[in-house]
Amino acid sequence: MLTEFGKVLIFFLLGGVFVGVTLAVSRLVSPRRPSKEKMMTYECGEDPIGEPWVKFNIRFYVIALIFLLFDVELAFLFPWATVYADLGMFAYVAGALFILVLFLADCYLWAKGDLEWIRPEPEIPKLANLIEHSELITPPGSSPEKEHAPVAS
Amino acid sequence: MEQFIHDLIGNDLLATIVWCVLPLVFILGYAIVAILAEMKSASWFQDRLGPMRTGPWGIFQPFADVLKLLMKEDIVPARADKILFNLAPVIVFVGAYAAFAVLPFASEYVGADLNLGLFYLIAVSSFGVLGIIMGGWASNNKYSLLGAMRSAAQIVSYEVPSATALLIVAMMVGSLNLQDIITAQSGGFWNWFILGGPKSDVVLASGAVIHADIGNFVFLPLLLATFVIYYLSALAETNRTPFDIPEGESELVGGYHTEYSGMKFGMFFMAEYANMFLVSAVAAVVFFGGWQSPWGITLGEALDIPVLTLLEGVFWTAAKGFFFVFVMMWLRWTLPRLRVDQLMYMCWKVLIPASFALALVVGFIVVIR
Repeated sequence: MLTEFGKVLIFFLLGGVFVGVTLAVSRLVSPRRPSKEKMMTYECGEDPIGEPWVKFNIRFYVIALIFLLFDVELAFLFPWATVYADLGMFAYVAGALFILVLFLADCYLWAKGDLEWIRPEPEIPKLANLIEHSELITPPGSSPEKEHAPVAS
Repeated sequence: MEQFIHDLIGNDLLATIVWCVLPLVFILGYAIVAILAEMKSASWFQDRLGPMRTGPWGIFQPFADVLKLLMKEDIVPARADKILFNLAPVIVFVGAYAAFAVLPFASEYVGADLNLGLFYLIAVSSFGVLGIIMGGWASNNKYSLLGAMRSAAQIVSYEVPSATALLIVAMMVGSLNLQDIITAQSGGFWNWFILGGPKSDVVLASGAVIHADIGNFVFLPLLLATFVIYYLSALAETNRTPFDIPEGESELVGGYHTEYSGMKFGMFFMAEYANMFLVSAVAAVVFFGGWQSPWGITLGEALDIPVLTLLEGVFWTAAKGFFFVFVMMWLRWTLPRLRVDQLMYMCWKVLIPASFALALVVGFIVVIR
């Protein structure tokens, strides 16, 4: 008989075999009539503009890095969780310090603003705003002191 | 039961393969039921009838859907990265299926009885992210790439609170084996971890003893909060509403599987349903006693019929799992979709600090008692 991890390997292989067989059956029974339009990248019916493989929001990269740190440290906590109750207070304090350091890291990220997602802050026009920034509606020539550009962060 | 299959088939390797195929059979049956349940529950929530044409009350609709997906033309965009595009559905489904290896369906059935089952589960459940990123990137489509990026960020972020929530229960049991976690909750629903865990000493299969008494009710509010954290993270990890921004159809068409058609789309779909059941069943195993009946005794044990015990175990696992899958469908038609920034706020500023605090408090109480 296989070991337990051998069975896990069989699970992985079976999943792959299942997908392979299903896709093969689908290939046998489905039609194949490719045309230029059909093979075009979908962009709401228009011709695709530009390359999709572009720079994406850097926030995703930061999140991935943070996750890597947190997940690796969590992995260390699992063996601790199985034995700390038998080892008593010393083991608990050691683990608690570890969790506190993780918590501190979360606070640091919070304070640094790495967890903030960029949000548009539209300026809603109000009569009071217009009066306050009356220089915006005064004729040119008088230099506006308060430059009030819409915040686009 | 494993010995029975081995005796029946004779060949060791073949018997093990049959043993490992059983969850796949379960997933296929479950997917058929869940597709219909999703359509019907959605329509009933909206005061509609739902599918009614295929068979009585439309009960053959999922079969028609599967057949349709099988016979649809499989379109691979000309500008896509063909190898990765074809590999992505395989990886997504394999990731979902491999996690079923450690899920105990009954006292006699767990695909692979790993002594670090919980750890394996957390490791493998994030395997699917690779497939999602791969598919989203290889599609060479802007919607797919955006959807894949969002999905990956969401899944990996919520991995942290969900792993911490599971860690808290592991701290109480002192074992990562899922069967041990279920054994710790034996004796009735008042011993389930959602209600504070065992109330009397429990002896695990390994011989280790969990010391417990009636005072364990102090854990009730803590573990209730842990369960809420786990379930919310599980919703986010399976990209279900209200956390379904990766596939927000009003902005991203179909998210990472925009370019997929036919059975390759079907595989993403299957994987999503399999994952829904997986996280629900893990919630049932860890917090609701897994295959244990709510009153602690089974008819099969009382009458000494092993087959009945097995079926009862599978019934309770499936019933508890289906219940949480149903709650997911229910939430889908109840809650509006969150924004990306709200999603990240929820995870990093609410759930993670809360789960760390819970881990500290639960650990402290376990040590001083």
